[in-house]
Amino acid sequence: MSPPCVPAVLALADDALIYAQRLGEWISRAPQIEEDMALANVGLDLLGRARSLYTWLGAVDGSGRSEDDFAYWRDEREFRHLWLVERPGGDFADEMVRLLLMASLDVERYAALASTASVAGIDELAGIAGKAVNESTYHRDHARLWVLRLGDGTEESRTRMNAALERVAPYVDELFTDSWADRAAVAAGIGVLPSSLRSSVLGYVGSVLAEATLDPLPEPAWHARGGREGLHSEVCGFMLAEMQHLARSHPGATW
Amino acid sequence: MTRSTGTRVLAPELRRVVEAVTDPEIPTLTIGDMGIVRGLSVDEEGGEVVVTITPTYSGCPAVEVMSRDIVDAAADVGYVASVVVSHHPPWTSDWLTDRGREALRELHIAAPEPGAGRSGPVPVTIGRAPHTESVSCPRCGSADTELISRFGTTACKALHRCRACGDPFDEFKAV
Repeated sequence: MSPPCVPAVLALADDALIYAQRLGEWISRAPQIEEDMALANVGLDLLGRARSLYTWLGAVDGSGRSEDDFAYWRDEREFRHLWLVERPGGDFADEMVRLLLMASLDVERYAALASTASVAGIDELAGIAGKAVNESTYHRDHARLWVLRLGDGTEESRTRMNAALERVAPYVDELFTDSWADRAAVAAGIGVLPSSLRSSVLGYVGSVLAEATLDPLPEPAWHARGGREGLHSEVCGFMLAEMQHLARSHPGATW
Repeated sequence: MTRSTGTRVLAPELRRVVEAVTDPEIPTLTIGDMGIVRGLSVDEEGGEVVVTITPTYSGCPAVEVMSRDIVDAAADVGYVASVVVSHHPPWTSDWLTDRGREALRELHIAAPEPGAGRSGPVPVTIGRAPHTESVSCPRCGSADTELISRFGTTACKALHRCRACGDPFDEFKAV
Protein backbone atom coordinates (compact mmCIF):
# COMPACT_ATOMS: atom_id res chain seq x y z
CA MET A 1 0.00 0.00 0.00
CA SER A 2 1.37 3.40 -0.88
CA PRO A 3 1.98 5.91 1.94
CA PRO A 4 -0.94 8.30 2.66
CA CYS A 5 1.22 11.33 1.82
CA VAL A 6 1.67 10.29 -1.85
CA PRO A 7 -1.15 12.44 -3.36
CA ALA A 8 0.04 15.53 -1.45
CA VAL A 9 3.64 15.01 -2.54
CA LEU A 10 2.47 14.55 -6.13
CA ALA A 11 0.81 17.96 -5.95
CA LEU A 12 4.09 19.50 -4.77
CA ALA A 13 5.99 17.81 -7.60
CA ASP A 14 3.45 19.05 -10.16
CA ASP A 15 3.71 22.62 -8.81
CA ALA A 16 7.49 22.42 -9.27
CA LEU A 17 7.39 20.90 -12.77
CA ILE A 18 4.75 23.22 -14.22
CA TYR A 19 6.35 26.33 -12.73
CA ALA A 20 9.74 25.20 -14.05
CA GLN A 21 8.21 24.94 -17.54
CA ARG A 22 6.82 28.48 -17.32
CA LEU A 23 10.11 29.87 -16.01
CA GLY A 24 11.98 28.24 -18.86
CA GLU A 25 9.82 30.22 -21.30
CA TRP A 26 11.55 33.41 -20.09
CA ILE A 27 14.89 32.40 -21.54
CA SER A 28 15.86 35.05 -24.14
CA ARG A 29 12.77 37.11 -23.21
CA ALA A 30 13.69 38.50 -19.78
CA PRO A 31 14.55 42.22 -19.42
CA GLN A 32 18.28 41.52 -19.22
CA ILE A 33 20.58 38.59 -19.88
CA GLU A 34 21.37 38.14 -16.18
CA GLU A 35 17.66 37.66 -15.62
CA ASP A 36 17.46 35.08 -18.41
CA MET A 37 20.03 33.13 -16.43
CA ALA A 38 18.41 33.78 -13.08
CA LEU A 39 14.95 32.57 -14.12
CA ALA A 40 16.48 29.61 -15.94
CA ASN A 41 18.40 28.72 -12.78
CA VAL A 42 15.30 28.97 -10.62
CA GLY A 43 13.48 26.78 -13.13
CA LEU A 44 16.35 24.30 -13.09
CA ASP A 45 16.15 24.03 -9.30
CA LEU A 46 12.40 23.41 -9.55
CA LEU A 47 12.81 20.89 -12.36
CA GLY A 48 15.41 19.01 -10.33
CA ARG A 49 13.07 19.05 -7.35
CA ALA A 50 10.21 17.67 -9.46
CA ARG A 51 12.44 14.93 -10.86
CA SER A 52 13.56 13.85 -7.39
CA LEU A 53 10.00 13.84 -6.08
CA TYR A 54 8.62 11.88 -9.08
CA THR A 55 11.40 9.33 -8.74
CA TRP A 56 10.63 8.94 -5.05
CA LEU A 57 6.87 8.70 -5.78
CA GLY A 58 7.34 6.06 -8.46
CA ALA A 59 9.34 3.97 -6.02
CA VAL A 60 6.89 4.16 -3.10
CA ASP A 61 3.46 4.28 -4.76
CA GLY A 62 3.80 0.77 -6.12
CA SER A 63 3.38 1.88 -9.73
CA GLY A 64 7.07 1.71 -10.64
CA ARG A 65 6.59 4.84 -12.76
CA SER A 66 9.65 6.82 -13.80
CA GLU A 67 10.02 10.58 -13.65
CA ASP A 68 9.30 10.68 -17.40
CA ASP A 69 6.08 8.70 -16.92
CA PHE A 70 4.86 11.34 -14.51
CA ALA A 71 5.92 14.30 -16.65
CA TYR A 72 5.07 13.11 -20.16
CA TRP A 73 2.46 10.41 -19.93
CA ARG A 74 -0.21 11.90 -17.72
CA ASP A 75 -3.03 13.99 -19.16
CA GLU A 76 -4.28 17.35 -17.99
CA ARG A 77 -6.83 15.97 -15.53
CA GLU A 78 -4.12 13.96 -13.78
CA PHE A 79 -1.98 17.01 -12.98
CA ARG A 80 -2.53 18.47 -9.51
CA HIS A 81 -0.72 21.82 -9.69
CA LEU A 82 -2.09 25.22 -8.66
CA TRP A 83 -3.60 27.56 -11.21
CA LEU A 84 -1.03 30.20 -10.31
CA VAL A 85 1.89 28.20 -11.73
CA GLU A 86 0.22 27.42 -15.06
CA ARG A 87 -0.41 31.10 -15.90
CA PRO A 88 1.66 32.33 -18.85
CA GLY A 89 4.47 34.63 -17.69
CA GLY A 90 3.00 37.86 -19.06
CA ASP A 91 4.63 41.02 -17.75
CA PHE A 92 7.92 40.64 -15.86
CA ALA A 93 6.16 42.29 -12.90
CA ASP A 94 3.62 39.43 -12.84
CA GLU A 95 6.46 36.92 -12.75
CA MET A 96 8.13 38.61 -9.81
CA VAL A 97 4.86 38.66 -7.86
CA ARG A 98 4.33 35.00 -8.65
CA LEU A 99 7.90 34.09 -7.71
CA LEU A 100 7.61 35.96 -4.43
CA LEU A 101 4.38 34.12 -3.60
CA MET A 102 5.51 30.65 -4.68
CA ALA A 103 8.97 30.84 -3.12
CA SER A 104 7.53 32.17 0.14
CA LEU A 105 5.03 29.31 0.17
CA ASP A 106 7.67 26.74 -0.77
CA VAL A 107 10.05 27.82 2.00
CA GLU A 108 7.38 27.15 4.61
CA ARG A 109 5.68 24.06 3.22
CA TYR A 110 8.95 22.29 2.42
CA ALA A 111 10.35 23.15 5.87
CA ALA A 112 7.30 21.44 7.38
CA LEU A 113 7.69 18.49 5.00
CA ALA A 114 11.39 18.14 5.85
CA SER A 115 10.83 18.06 9.60
CA THR A 116 7.79 15.77 9.53
CA ALA A 117 9.33 13.37 7.01
CA SER A 118 12.47 13.26 9.12
CA VAL A 119 10.49 12.40 12.25
CA ALA A 120 8.66 9.70 10.27
CA GLY A 121 11.98 8.26 9.12
CA ILE A 122 11.39 8.97 5.41
CA ASP A 123 14.94 10.22 4.93
CA GLU A 124 14.98 10.60 1.14
CA LEU A 125 11.83 12.75 1.17
CA ALA A 126 13.21 14.77 4.10
CA GLY A 127 16.44 15.33 2.18
CA ILE A 128 14.68 16.51 -1.01
CA ALA A 129 12.52 18.85 1.08
CA GLY A 130 15.49 20.17 3.04
CA LYS A 131 17.29 21.06 -0.16
CA ALA A 132 14.12 22.73 -1.45
CA VAL A 133 14.05 24.99 1.61
CA ASN A 134 17.60 26.24 0.94
CA GLU A 135 16.92 26.81 -2.76
CA SER A 136 13.52 28.45 -2.32
CA THR A 137 14.95 30.81 0.30
CA TYR A 138 17.40 31.95 -2.38
CA HIS A 139 14.56 32.30 -4.94
CA ARG A 140 12.48 34.26 -2.46
CA ASP A 141 15.34 36.70 -1.85
CA HIS A 142 15.72 37.17 -5.59
CA ALA A 143 12.00 37.97 -6.02
CA ARG A 144 12.08 40.25 -2.98
CA LEU A 145 14.97 42.30 -4.36
CA TRP A 146 13.15 42.79 -7.67
CA VAL A 147 9.83 43.69 -6.02
CA LEU A 148 11.64 46.28 -3.88
CA ARG A 149 13.43 47.79 -6.85
CA LEU A 150 10.41 47.82 -9.15
CA GLY A 151 7.91 48.95 -6.52
CA ASP A 152 10.10 51.73 -5.22
CA GLY A 153 11.60 52.44 -8.65
CA THR A 154 10.13 54.59 -11.42
CA GLU A 155 6.50 55.60 -11.92
CA GLU A 156 6.34 53.10 -14.80
CA SER A 157 7.71 50.15 -12.80
CA ARG A 158 5.50 50.98 -9.84
CA THR A 159 2.35 51.20 -11.98
CA ARG A 160 3.16 47.88 -13.60
CA MET A 161 3.82 46.20 -10.25
CA ASN A 162 0.47 47.34 -8.88
CA ALA A 163 -1.25 46.15 -12.08
CA ALA A 164 0.49 42.79 -11.66
CA LEU A 165 -0.83 42.49 -8.10
CA GLU A 166 -4.37 43.02 -9.47
CA ARG A 167 -3.89 40.27 -12.05
CA VAL A 168 -2.28 37.74 -9.71
CA ALA A 169 -4.63 38.30 -6.74
CA PRO A 170 -7.37 35.86 -7.92
CA TYR A 171 -4.88 32.99 -7.82
CA VAL A 172 -3.68 33.53 -4.24
CA ASP A 173 -6.52 31.93 -2.28
CA GLU A 174 -5.96 28.52 -3.88
CA LEU A 175 -2.43 28.45 -2.43
CA PHE A 176 -3.92 28.20 1.03
CA THR A 177 -6.89 25.94 0.35
CA ASP A 178 -6.64 22.49 1.92
CA SER A 179 -7.27 19.54 -0.40
CA TRP A 180 -8.26 16.02 0.61
CA ALA A 181 -4.69 15.03 -0.22
CA ASP A 182 -3.28 17.58 2.23
CA ARG A 183 -5.62 16.33 4.95
CA ALA A 184 -4.69 12.69 4.31
CA ALA A 185 -0.97 13.50 4.51
CA VAL A 186 -1.28 15.57 7.67
CA ALA A 187 -3.45 12.89 9.28
CA ALA A 188 -0.53 10.53 8.68
CA GLY A 189 1.90 13.00 10.23
CA ILE A 190 3.48 14.28 7.00
CA GLY A 191 3.52 17.87 5.74
CA VAL A 192 1.30 20.76 6.72
CA LEU A 193 -2.17 22.10 5.91
CA PRO A 194 -1.80 25.01 3.45
CA SER A 195 -4.49 26.96 5.36
CA SER A 196 -2.21 27.03 8.40
CA LEU A 197 0.48 28.84 6.38
CA ARG A 198 -1.76 31.63 5.11
CA SER A 199 -0.98 34.25 7.72
CA SER A 200 2.78 33.72 7.81
CA VAL A 201 3.25 33.54 4.02
CA LEU A 202 0.94 36.46 3.27
CA GLY A 203 2.47 38.31 6.22
CA TYR A 204 5.89 37.98 4.67
CA VAL A 205 4.66 38.93 1.18
CA GLY A 206 2.75 41.88 2.64
CA SER A 207 5.85 43.14 4.45
CA VAL A 208 7.83 43.07 1.19
CA LEU A 209 5.04 44.92 -0.67
CA ALA A 210 4.89 47.55 2.10
CA GLU A 211 8.67 47.98 2.04
CA ALA A 212 8.40 48.41 -1.73
CA THR A 213 5.75 51.13 -1.16
CA LEU A 214 3.27 49.07 -3.19
CA ASP A 215 -0.44 48.51 -2.58
CA PRO A 216 -1.35 45.45 -0.50
CA LEU A 217 -2.61 42.40 -2.40
CA PRO A 218 -6.11 43.47 -3.50
CA GLU A 219 -9.27 41.54 -2.72
CA PRO A 220 -10.06 39.82 -6.04
CA ALA A 221 -13.45 39.56 -7.72
CA TRP A 222 -13.05 35.81 -8.22
CA HIS A 223 -10.90 32.93 -6.94
CA ALA A 224 -9.07 30.24 -8.89
CA ARG A 225 -10.19 26.77 -7.80
CA GLY A 226 -9.73 23.16 -8.72
CA GLY A 227 -6.05 22.62 -9.53
CA ARG A 228 -5.66 20.05 -6.77
CA GLU A 229 -8.58 18.06 -8.25
CA GLY A 230 -7.10 18.20 -11.73
CA LEU A 231 -9.42 20.94 -12.99
CA HIS A 232 -7.31 23.50 -14.81
CA SER A 233 -7.68 26.72 -16.75
CA GLU A 234 -7.68 26.74 -20.54
CA VAL A 235 -3.95 27.53 -20.79
CA CYS A 236 -2.93 24.24 -19.18
CA GLY A 237 -3.64 21.94 -22.12
CA PHE A 238 -1.69 24.08 -24.55
CA MET A 239 1.30 24.16 -22.22
CA LEU A 240 1.24 20.40 -21.68
CA ALA A 241 0.92 19.81 -25.43
CA GLU A 242 4.15 21.71 -25.96
CA MET A 243 5.90 20.10 -22.99
CA GLN A 244 4.86 16.55 -23.87
CA HIS A 245 4.95 16.72 -27.64
CA LEU A 246 8.44 15.33 -28.23
CA ALA A 247 8.16 12.46 -25.77
CA ARG A 248 4.77 11.42 -27.16
CA SER A 249 5.75 11.72 -30.81
CA HIS A 250 8.92 9.72 -30.30
CA PRO A 251 8.22 7.33 -27.38
CA GLY A 252 11.38 6.16 -25.69
CA ALA A 253 13.56 8.80 -27.37
CA THR A 254 16.76 9.48 -25.42
CA TRP A 255 19.50 12.06 -25.76
CA MET B 1 26.28 -2.03 -18.44
CA THR B 2 29.93 -1.00 -18.47
CA ARG B 3 32.32 -3.91 -18.13
CA SER B 4 35.32 -3.57 -15.87
CA THR B 5 38.49 -3.45 -17.91
CA GLY B 6 41.42 -2.72 -15.60
CA THR B 7 43.22 -4.81 -13.00
CA ARG B 8 41.22 -4.79 -9.81
CA VAL B 9 42.57 -2.67 -6.96
CA LEU B 10 41.78 -2.73 -3.24
CA ALA B 11 38.98 -0.66 -1.70
CA PRO B 12 41.04 2.31 -0.40
CA GLU B 13 42.60 2.80 -3.84
CA LEU B 14 39.15 2.49 -5.45
CA ARG B 15 37.89 5.24 -3.15
CA ARG B 16 40.81 7.44 -4.17
CA VAL B 17 40.05 6.84 -7.86
CA VAL B 18 36.34 7.58 -7.47
CA GLU B 19 36.92 10.73 -5.43
CA ALA B 20 39.39 11.97 -8.06
CA VAL B 21 36.61 12.26 -10.69
CA THR B 22 36.21 15.94 -11.50
CA ASP B 23 33.27 18.24 -12.02
CA PRO B 24 32.78 18.67 -15.81
CA GLU B 25 32.17 22.42 -15.32
CA ILE B 26 35.03 22.96 -12.86
CA PRO B 27 37.86 20.68 -14.01
CA THR B 28 40.19 21.44 -11.09
CA LEU B 29 37.60 20.40 -8.53
CA THR B 30 37.27 16.72 -7.66
CA ILE B 31 33.99 15.28 -6.47
CA GLY B 32 35.78 14.23 -3.27
CA ASP B 33 36.77 17.81 -2.52
CA MET B 34 33.30 19.03 -3.48
CA GLY B 35 31.92 16.82 -0.72
CA ILE B 36 29.32 15.09 -2.85
CA VAL B 37 30.58 11.50 -2.43
CA ARG B 38 28.48 10.26 0.47
CA GLY B 39 29.28 6.58 0.51
CA LEU B 40 31.11 3.70 -1.14
CA SER B 41 29.87 0.17 -0.66
CA VAL B 42 32.60 -2.06 -2.03
CA ASP B 43 32.55 -5.77 -2.81
CA GLU B 44 36.23 -6.49 -3.55
CA GLU B 45 35.55 -10.18 -4.12
CA GLY B 46 32.83 -9.64 -6.72
CA GLY B 47 34.38 -6.48 -8.16
CA GLU B 48 31.29 -4.39 -7.60
CA VAL B 49 30.82 -1.02 -5.98
CA VAL B 50 27.81 1.16 -5.20
CA VAL B 51 28.73 4.84 -5.05
CA THR B 52 26.29 7.21 -3.34
CA ILE B 53 26.50 10.86 -4.37
CA THR B 54 24.37 13.88 -3.55
CA PRO B 55 23.72 16.80 -5.92
CA THR B 56 24.91 20.29 -4.97
CA TYR B 57 21.71 21.72 -6.49
CA SER B 58 18.50 19.85 -7.30
CA GLY B 59 18.65 20.48 -11.03
CA CYS B 60 22.41 20.18 -11.45
CA PRO B 61 22.86 18.66 -14.94
CA ALA B 62 26.45 17.70 -14.12
CA VAL B 63 25.22 14.88 -11.89
CA GLU B 64 24.54 12.64 -14.88
CA VAL B 65 27.95 13.34 -16.41
CA MET B 66 29.70 12.70 -13.10
CA SER B 67 27.76 9.47 -12.64
CA ARG B 68 29.02 8.21 -15.98
CA ASP B 69 32.56 9.34 -15.17
CA ILE B 70 32.43 7.44 -11.88
CA VAL B 71 31.35 4.26 -13.70
CA ASP B 72 34.19 4.69 -16.21
CA ALA B 73 36.80 5.46 -13.53
CA ALA B 74 35.79 2.42 -11.50
CA ALA B 75 35.90 0.22 -14.62
CA ASP B 76 39.50 1.28 -15.21
CA VAL B 77 40.46 -0.20 -11.85
CA GLY B 78 38.47 -3.40 -12.18
CA TYR B 79 35.06 -2.59 -10.74
CA VAL B 80 31.51 -2.52 -12.05
CA ALA B 81 30.02 0.55 -10.43
CA SER B 82 26.47 1.69 -9.94
CA VAL B 83 25.73 5.21 -8.79
CA VAL B 84 22.92 6.08 -6.39
CA VAL B 85 21.83 9.72 -6.07
CA SER B 86 20.69 10.42 -2.52
CA HIS B 87 19.27 13.66 -1.16
CA HIS B 88 19.73 12.90 2.50
CA PRO B 89 21.28 14.78 4.12
CA PRO B 90 21.18 17.73 1.68
CA TRP B 91 24.53 19.06 0.45
CA THR B 92 25.87 22.27 1.90
CA SER B 93 28.85 24.33 0.78
CA ASP B 94 30.38 23.55 4.21
CA TRP B 95 31.28 20.15 2.76
CA LEU B 96 33.79 21.70 0.38
CA THR B 97 37.24 20.71 1.60
CA ASP B 98 40.07 23.24 2.01
CA ARG B 99 41.67 21.72 -1.09
CA GLY B 100 38.34 22.19 -2.90
CA ARG B 101 38.26 25.88 -1.97
CA GLU B 102 41.83 26.21 -3.22
CA ALA B 103 40.88 24.48 -6.51
CA LEU B 104 38.07 27.00 -7.01
CA ARG B 105 40.37 29.95 -6.35
CA GLU B 106 42.84 28.56 -8.90
CA LEU B 107 40.07 28.95 -11.48
CA HIS B 108 39.33 32.46 -10.17
CA ILE B 109 36.05 31.35 -8.63
CA ALA B 110 35.37 32.80 -5.18
CA ALA B 111 34.80 30.04 -2.64
CA PRO B 112 32.24 30.31 0.17
CA GLU B 113 33.60 30.32 3.70
CA PRO B 114 32.33 27.61 6.04
CA GLY B 115 28.96 28.55 7.53
CA ALA B 116 28.51 31.40 5.04
CA GLY B 117 25.10 30.19 3.87
CA ARG B 118 23.37 30.63 7.20
CA SER B 119 24.43 34.07 8.30
CA GLY B 120 20.97 35.61 8.49
CA PRO B 121 19.40 38.56 6.66
CA VAL B 122 21.29 40.38 3.95
CA PRO B 123 21.21 44.20 3.79
CA VAL B 124 19.46 45.59 0.71
CA THR B 125 19.82 48.84 -1.18
CA ILE B 126 17.30 50.14 -3.69
CA GLY B 127 17.82 51.33 -7.23
CA ARG B 128 21.01 49.54 -8.15
CA ALA B 129 22.39 46.05 -7.90
CA PRO B 130 22.21 45.21 -4.21
CA HIS B 131 25.48 44.82 -2.37
CA THR B 132 25.57 41.75 -0.20
CA GLU B 133 28.25 40.55 2.16
CA SER B 134 31.67 41.19 0.75
CA VAL B 135 33.13 38.46 -1.44
CA SER B 136 36.87 38.85 -2.03
CA CYS B 137 38.08 38.99 -5.63
CA PRO B 138 39.74 35.66 -6.48
CA ARG B 139 42.15 37.44 -8.86
CA CYS B 140 43.49 40.42 -6.91
CA GLY B 141 42.16 39.66 -3.42
CA SER B 142 40.37 42.99 -3.03
CA ALA B 143 37.27 43.04 -0.84
CA ASP B 144 35.88 45.94 -2.90
CA THR B 145 33.50 43.86 -5.04
CA GLU B 146 29.86 44.04 -6.08
CA LEU B 147 27.22 41.49 -6.93
CA ILE B 148 26.13 41.60 -10.58
CA SER B 149 23.71 38.68 -10.54
CA ARG B 150 22.71 36.23 -7.85
CA PHE B 151 22.57 33.56 -10.55
CA GLY B 152 25.66 32.77 -12.59
CA THR B 153 26.90 30.49 -15.33
CA THR B 154 25.85 27.28 -13.58
CA ALA B 155 23.32 26.41 -10.88
CA CYS B 156 25.97 26.60 -8.16
CA LYS B 157 27.42 30.03 -8.99
CA ALA B 158 26.67 33.76 -8.65
CA LEU B 159 28.30 36.56 -10.68
CA HIS B 160 30.32 39.39 -9.11
CA ARG B 161 32.61 42.21 -10.27
CA CYS B 162 35.75 43.52 -8.62
CA ARG B 163 35.86 47.32 -8.36
CA ALA B 164 39.62 47.24 -7.78
CA CYS B 165 40.80 45.25 -10.80
CA GLY B 166 37.60 45.57 -12.85
CA ASP B 167 37.25 41.87 -13.58
CA PRO B 168 33.97 39.99 -13.32
CA PHE B 169 34.20 36.67 -11.47
CA ASP B 170 32.06 33.71 -10.40
CA GLU B 171 31.31 32.86 -6.79
CA PHE B 172 30.51 29.32 -5.72
CA LYS B 173 27.26 30.10 -3.87
CA ALA B 174 27.06 29.44 -0.15
CA VAL B 175 24.15 27.24 0.91
